[in-house]
This record gives sequence, structure tokens and C-alpha cells, in this order.
Amino acid sequence: MASNNGDVKLIGAWASPYVMRPRIALNVKSVEYEFLQEQFGSKSELLLKSNPVHKKIPVLLHNGKPICESSIIVEYIDEVWSSGPSILPSDPYDRAVARFWAAYLDEKWFPNVRGAAAASSEEAKNAAVDQLKEGMALLEGAYVEISKGKDFFGGEKIGFIDIAFGSMLAWLRALQVMLGGVKLLDEEKTPGLCKWAAKFSADPAVKDVLPETEKIIEFAKLLVAKIKAAAASS
Amino acid sequence: MAEVVLLDFWGSPFGMRARIALAEKGVKYEYKEEHLLTGKKTPLLLETNPVHKKIPVLIHNGKPISESLVIVQYIEDAWSDTAPLLPADPYGRSQARFWADFVDKKIYDQGKKIWANKAGEVQEAGKKELMESLKLLEGELGEKPFFGGETIGYVDVALVPFYTWFYSFETIGNFSIEAECPKLIEWVKRCLERESVSKSLVDPEKVYVDLILVLKKMYGYE
Repeated sequence: MASNNGDVKLIGAWASPYVMRPRIALNVKSVEYEFLQEQFGSKSELLLKSNPVHKKIPVLLHNGKPICESSIIVEYIDEVWSSGPSILPSDPYDRAVARFWAAYLDEKWFPNVRGAAAASSEEAKNAAVDQLKEGMALLEGAYVEISKGKDFFGGEKIGFIDIAFGSMLAWLRALQVMLGGVKLLDEEKTPGLCKWAAKFSADPAVKDVLPETEKIIEFAKLLVAKIKAAAASS
Repeated sequence: MAEVVLLDFWGSPFGMRARIALAEKGVKYEYKEEHLLTGKKTPLLLETNPVHKKIPVLIHNGKPISESLVIVQYIEDAWSDTAPLLPADPYGRSQARFWADFVDKKIYDQGKKIWANKAGEVQEAGKKELMESLKLLEGELGEKPFFGGETIGYVDVALVPFYTWFYSFETIGNFSIEAECPKLIEWVKRCLERESVSKSLVDPEKVYVDLILVLKKMYGYE
């Protein structure tokens, strides 16, 4: 296919929320790319060569040059394909707010998702869930403030925070099921986010990227087993 | 309140990043010290950074920004007409962001394994990991005078403040960073020739005596 987008490849895996971020971003920009999926449990030569420092997915390869770290990749996509719909806001303060929440999700919130899923004790699980619920309350507040009555954090269309947070929705929904119906998206406590989640999931740039909850639940079982085995042997 | 306020702590490498960036852009600001060693957080800090309750916080026309690299990128965006810290091309920008993120992911935690522990396994692991990280960064610097090329840039700003903690790591861990990463220390000296850096960094010995040793006592890391 002729393209003046150059050669665009993404190394990743269907289940990874971090990988979903650049996939959604590329869709927002209508950029076609080759999706090179890693096999679960092993790392390809190409991945190790393209991301020697962290050896992790996602890696975007644009004309052979690698870009690593999901949020950094999304900013790159936004800057290269600048004629498409913009992902980051243009105002410096709004950009700082967007970057702040993406960092919060990565450093504070998502580790608790993994913690709750892989918890070995009831206590550890409950602690992680409590942290997640606190986080959801913060994110609900952020959503109300930042969306200013529109559908998305990004306003009329999805933006940087929507992509950073929305990429985690499949895992969030899976976790709710796996924890026996714990409500993280709660119609009473996080009504804004409930509406947002439905709209985000239905967005054309998103709907083929977010996996079904059942598929994530199946995959989570494999992953949790792997994490527990690694913990047991260390 | 002044137009630009920086809520900071004298010994914080994260705060130093903001100081350097503001100085590079020639921005006048009010520096407000948050006395972290008292164990008390001011109402201003709790109000402007309710999520993390940490310094640095930049307050510009009353609007707060937190997280040091978010602050540095904000300074870059808000005062975009002078002293750019990031290159113009998207690929160069992505690489600068990658390495600044690498510094964030590694240096503080690896250093902490050294200063917050007695000699032993954890401290040794910290030394090994820190040297690996610094060597990688030294490799990334290569023959360039600065990570940013001919002048200091985003990665220089992200990394150079940690130099003020090297003396503490070396003294407590009984090793020499310069011995294994001489080019990195040469780079530090070049950075210190710039006023924005020399005025923002604090004396490494003061960090050791008035901060690290104090923290060790406070938290029982002895």
C-alpha cells in the first residue's frame, strides 16, 4: 500500500493496555501499520534489538527507528502526524494536566490493578482494591473538571488522558469480574466515568482495539500463574 | 502571590530540575521552601498537590503543576520562545523523553538502595545497578558535550541534579562513580559551567551531612 506515512510497525501484544495506547493513537490519525505480535512468554529478536534498555512492548518502529514507552510513543504519533486530529491539547497548562494524569495512572493506579489481580492473600487483595477505589474517586473528580461537561477528558473527541486511561478499561472490567463483582466503575460513586467508559469503548478508534472482557479474564489467569510461579521461585 | 512560584526543598534533585529549567528560560520566580525534614507539610503544598503531596510544585498565575518532568515540559511549552530544551524534530524529542524517563525510573531508587542500607546485599545490588544505569547514560552521551547536543537540554536537566547525591552514595557505599564513569563526571563539570546549573545545584557535602545522614537517622536506616 502506497503511503507517505513511511513504514510503520508496532511490536506488541493484543492484551497489553500499554500497547493499546499507540494502536488507538494510530487509529485516531488514520495511520495504517503492521502489528507484530509477541508470543506470550518469550521476547523476539526484533524486540530485544529495538528496546535493548527495557526489553518491553510496545515499541513503535517508524522507518526502522524505534520509539519506546507507551506515553512517549503517543506523543511522537501526535507530533509526526500533526495534520490529523490532535491528541494532546494545545494549551501548555492543559498539556501539563494531561501528562500528570497519564503519569498517575502508570505509577500509582495501574500497579494496583496488577496487585489486586495477583494478590496472594485476602488482605493484600483488599488493600489493593481500596487503593483502586480511592484512585477511581480521584479520576472521577479529574474527569468532571477536565471534560467540562463534554464526553471525554479531551473534550469533544478522545485525547491523551482518554487514551492513557481508556486503554485500561478491558483490564478494569475483567478485574471487577475476577474479584467477584467489586465495583470500580460505580454508577453511584463514579457516574461520570461510567458514561465516559461506554463512549470511549464505542469510539471508532477504540472499538477494535479493546479486547472483550472474557478474553482478558482468560489471559489474566495465565499471567497470574506466571507471576506467582516467578515469585515462588525467587 | 507572585506570578511564578516554586514550592521546593533545597536538597531535592527533582526540585533542582525545575530550578534549572526556569533559569534557562530566564523566568523570575518566588522560591518557597517546604521544610520536609520537620515532617510537616504546609497547607499550600497539600492544596496545590493533593494527589501526591510532594514537591516540587510550580504555581503559574495561581495554577499548580506537579511532577518534576511534567513541570520541566510545562516550562518548555509556556516559555517556548527562548532556550529550547527539546529538539524540534519528533524523533529527537522522543529520544530525549525516553532517556529522561529512564533517569526517573532508575537513578533515585537505585541510589536509595545504597544510602538507606548498611553494607550488604541490598547496598551491593544498588551499586551495581546504579553503575549500569550511569554507564548506559554515559554511552548515550557519547562524544556530545551535552545530552542536548551543543547546549544543555531536557536529559541534562533531568540527570545533572542527581550529581549532588553522588558524594553521599560514594561515601556510604564506599566506591567511586568517577572511576567508572569519568566522561559522565566531565559532563557534570561542563554543566556546572552554566549559571543555570551552578546556581540550582547544592553542595554535595551539604546534602550528605544535612540531608542524607539526617534522613538515615529519621527513618532508622542505619
